[in-house]
This record gives sequence, structure tokens and C-alpha cells, in this order.
Amino acid sequence: MLPAGIRWPDISFRWLALLAAVTIGVLIALVGWELYQGSRMAIGQFGPRFLVSSTWNPVTDQYGAWPFIYGTLVSSAIALIIAVPLGVATALYLTELAPMRIRQPVIMVVEMLAAVPSVIFGLWGIFVLIPWLRDHLFVWLKTTLGFLPLFQGPIYGVSMLAGGIVVAIMILPIITSVSREILRSVPNLQREAAYALGATHWEVMRIAVLSYAKRGLFGASVLGLGRALGETMAVTMVIGNRPEVSASLFAPGYTLASVIANEFTEATTDLYLSSLFELGLVLLAVTILVNVIAQLMLRSLAGSGTGKIN
Amino acid sequence: MTTPNQFQPSARQHAWRKFVSGAMAGLMLVCAAVVMAPIFLVLYFLIREGATSLDWAFFTQLPKPSGELGGGMANAIVGTFVLLTMAASIGVPVGVMGGIYLAEYGSERANSWIRFMADVLNGVPSIVWGMVVWALLVVPFKTFSAYAGGVALGLMMIPLVMRTTEEVLILVPQGYREAGLALGIARWKIITVIVVKTALKGIITGILIATARVAGETAPLLFTALGNNFWSHRLSEPISALPLLIYSYAVSPYDDWHRQAWAGALVLMAFILSLNILVRLLSRDRKFT
Repeated sequence: MLPAGIRWPDISFRWLALLAAVTIGVLIALVGWELYQGSRMAIGQFGPRFLVSSTWNPVTDQYGAWPFIYGTLVSSAIALIIAVPLGVATALYLTELAPMRIRQPVIMVVEMLAAVPSVIFGLWGIFVLIPWLRDHLFVWLKTTLGFLPLFQGPIYGVSMLAGGIVVAIMILPIITSVSREILRSVPNLQREAAYALGATHWEVMRIAVLSYAKRGLFGASVLGLGRALGETMAVTMVIGNRPEVSASLFAPGYTLASVIANEFTEATTDLYLSSLFELGLVLLAVTILVNVIAQLMLRSLAGSGTGKIN
Repeated sequence: MTTPNQFQPSARQHAWRKFVSGAMAGLMLVCAAVVMAPIFLVLYFLIREGATSLDWAFFTQLPKPSGELGGGMANAIVGTFVLLTMAASIGVPVGVMGGIYLAEYGSERANSWIRFMADVLNGVPSIVWGMVVWALLVVPFKTFSAYAGGVALGLMMIPLVMRTTEEVLILVPQGYREAGLALGIARWKIITVIVVKTALKGIITGILIATARVAGETAPLLFTALGNNFWSHRLSEPISALPLLIYSYAVSPYDDWHRQAWAGALVLMAFILSLNILVRLLSRDRKFT
């Protein structure tokens, strides 16, 4: 039995550590509570109609979230359509094909991309990417795929598609690195069995590796989606910031995060501010939901043991 | 006389399969190249556009009013360091202590919940942090302040530091703790003097990673630190930060400000990359990774 003089620091240290760990739970509750408090007025005023209304007019004090929800969903969808195949293919290349010597340097380059701040992507987007998209890629898309409503209408440069492309670049690192972890956890026996049956490199990847890692790769994509939904600065700088729902990807859009970034300090009425808070609440709810799904998918995978052979 | 076995693949099929495999491998190589391209394009333009604007004035002068040429970002550079110091003084103690709880005390069930919540918290969009801290610190004190900006970044650091601290602490061999207990050392002393000290490099690495993550954050500062065109003399005043100034200069209509935005971005990027290089150097000869 230790003397009391030695015991009390022990007990207080333990409590201090517990307090720090519990902070995490307190923070989650705090974030949710503050956003709910802030948006109560808008919730009371507009009710569920807020989510589907397309009017966003500070002059008449009428607010609806639909253009921003639409913009967030579309830009994130574009980002995923671009980033998931590229990220998974890169991860496959890194785990299955690349010579050992170049694997580490390639991984380092991909990780460096993750270190670039959002605002720098935005700056680069405004002055490098947008002019190139406007003068080359968009023109080409319009002439070759112009029969689709997606690629019609005037080209400004700033657009939903530009926003999606920038977000795609930003979520590439996380999708690539999580996919790589997943592919690395595929047991070698899987590959060897397929090779023994005379499969080619690609057939091994398709039959033995990809089908085994399907669920984990889906989890990686959902994790990327979670990042894409909340991306703020770079999107704000290239998406055009116009609260309109347009079928064309060349048209400017607006996302939940960008409208908050742009209008929060300019909100002149209480209802305006409260509506922005409700947009924040919607964004928070969606990102938490998406992140929880991703965590559960990736966690159940880790829990099932990596050496398992079905 | 032998008839060809219908299950025997023909030479043509074989060649086709090999061709598909080769084509897919080529496609993957192209994908990897496309994934690697953006970082080089970003760095190339940062250096090309930014380096020419880096001069003495950039590091020593305040921003000039719109329309006037020249000026610098001295206050924003200092502001970023002030904000990071405040963020670290919140994020590091709470994060490290929380990590200690997870690794040394918590039950498996409680821990998996805390870990789960930390991962969820990591996914909260940074703009949301800005709104929450605005409601907590800007509204009651009726002013945007350096405090609010520092708290916003600090709260974002907590889950990051906590997870990395836990990860390195559980790698410290159990025998170290048992040796301490056998010598009759108090538990808290074992943890601080033996366990944390053994894993110190790893913990510092985690702190640096978290600092690099929040150093470039703009969104949580927009309505907390707000930005300031002059020197901030008190922490209860709005303060400037490099990401904030880069943003407002980039979206402005002035060419001279665009030039300076590139220069600011180059400085910010160099700072963040050097933090990352430091992390690599630290973790290269680390005992517990």
C-alpha cells in the first residue's frame, strides 16, 4: 500500500488524463449544440421547407438551402468520379506493379500533395487551372460532348466542374493512401493462388485483389467523400458562388461551405445569420453521417483480421 | 488422331489476355503519373510566380492600402506564428493527456468510443469550427480576436495529437512499465518519466504533423481572427494570418496583390513543407514508429 502522499498525484494525474480524453465527446456535443442554437430561429421560421426551397434572397429575408445542397452534392460527385478511379489505380500500381525502388518516392510525392493548404489550391485554381480549363478542356468538352445538357451553355471558367476538379485533386491523397493500406492488407496467398492458376497480372488484380478489397476500397471512397463535402476555401475560390441550380457543369454554383465562408460576416439580419447556421448544421450532419459510415466500413474490415481467407 | 481440347485456351486467347494485362498496367502507370502531376504543377507555379515577389519589404512591411503598390505581409507572418503558438498551447496538453489516457488507463470499450469520436471530430469541416468558436468567443466578447482564432485552430489539433500520441505510446514495450512498477515508482511518474520520455520523438512528430495541418487553415479563421491590416498589439484584437491574407489578396482585383498572394503562398508552403521534412528526419531514426 502506497502512502497517501504518493497516491494523490497518481489519482489527480489519472483524472486529468480522463478529462482530456472526455474533451473529445464534449467537443462533439458542443459543436452540434452551438450550431443547433444558432439555427433555431431559421428552423422555426422555415421548417423543413428550408431544405428544398431554392430562394436565397437576403433583401426579402427569404432563405432556402437547396442550391447549396445541390452544389455540394454535384461538386463532390464530380470529385469522386475523377479521384476514385485515379486513386485506386495509383494504389494498385504502387502495391502490385511498381518496382520496389520507386514505391517510396511516389508515396512521398502523393503525401506532399496532402500537405498543400486549401487556400493555395484556390490561388493556383484561380490563376492557373481556371484559365487552362476555360481555354482548352471546357472548349474541347463542349465540342465533343456538347450534345449532353451537362456540357452546354456559356463557359465562364469559374464553374461547378472547376470546383469538382479542384476538390478531386485535394482528396486524391487520402483516397490513394487509404486504398494502398487496404490493398496491402490483402493476403499474399490470394495473389499466389491466382498466379498458380495461370492468371495474368491484371487478372490477379481483378479476381484476387480487387474483389477481396472491394469493401475497403468503398470505405476509402466514402472517407474521400467526407473530405470533399466540407472542403471550403479552394472551392469558394473557383466555383463561381452563384446560388443557382443549373444542369450545365459549366455554370457557376455554390456550396454549403462556401456560402458560409462568403456571407457569414456580412449577414445583416438575425434570420440571415440563423439561416447560415442552419446550412452549417446541414453540412455537419451530412459529413458526420458520411464519416461514421466510412469509419464503420473500414473498422469492421480491420476487426475481421487481415489474414483471413474466405 | 487428337481433337483440340475445347478447354485448352488458344494461342490467340492467350495473346489477348497478355495484351489486356499489359494495357491495364500501362493505364495504371498513367494514372499514377496523373496523380503525381498536380503537386509539381502547384510547386512550379508557386516558385515561378512567388519567388520574384519575395523581397525585403515582403517580410518587413505592413500591407499597403488597396491600389497602392508595394508593402508586405510582415504582420501576417507574425500573426500565423502567434496563432499557432496559441493553438499548440491548447491542442498539445489536451491531446497528449488524452492520448496518455487512451494508451495507459482506458478500458478497451471506452477507448474504442473515444477513438471513434476522435476520428469523427477529425472529419468535421473546418468552416464549422469557425462558426462554433465565433458563437463561443466572438459573440460574448463582442470582438473578433486572436484568442478566438487560436482556440479554433487549437480545438482542431486536439483529436490529431491525441490519436498520434496514443499510437506511439502503445508501442512502448510493456516491460518498461513493469520495471517501473517493480521499483515501486508511482504510476504517473512511470508514465511521464519512462513511457512518455521513451516515445517523446514520436509524440513531437505527431505535434508537428498537427501543426502543419492547421498552419494552412483559412476557413476557421475567417470569422474568428478575421485579419488585420496593421500590427495587433493585444491578443483581444483581430489578428492577421498568412492564409487569410493570401485569400483576400487572391480574390481581389489588383495585380500587385495577386503578385503578393503568390509570394505569401510560397512562404506558407515552404514553412509547411519544412515542418514535414522535419517530421521525416525525426521519424527516420525513431525507435518506436
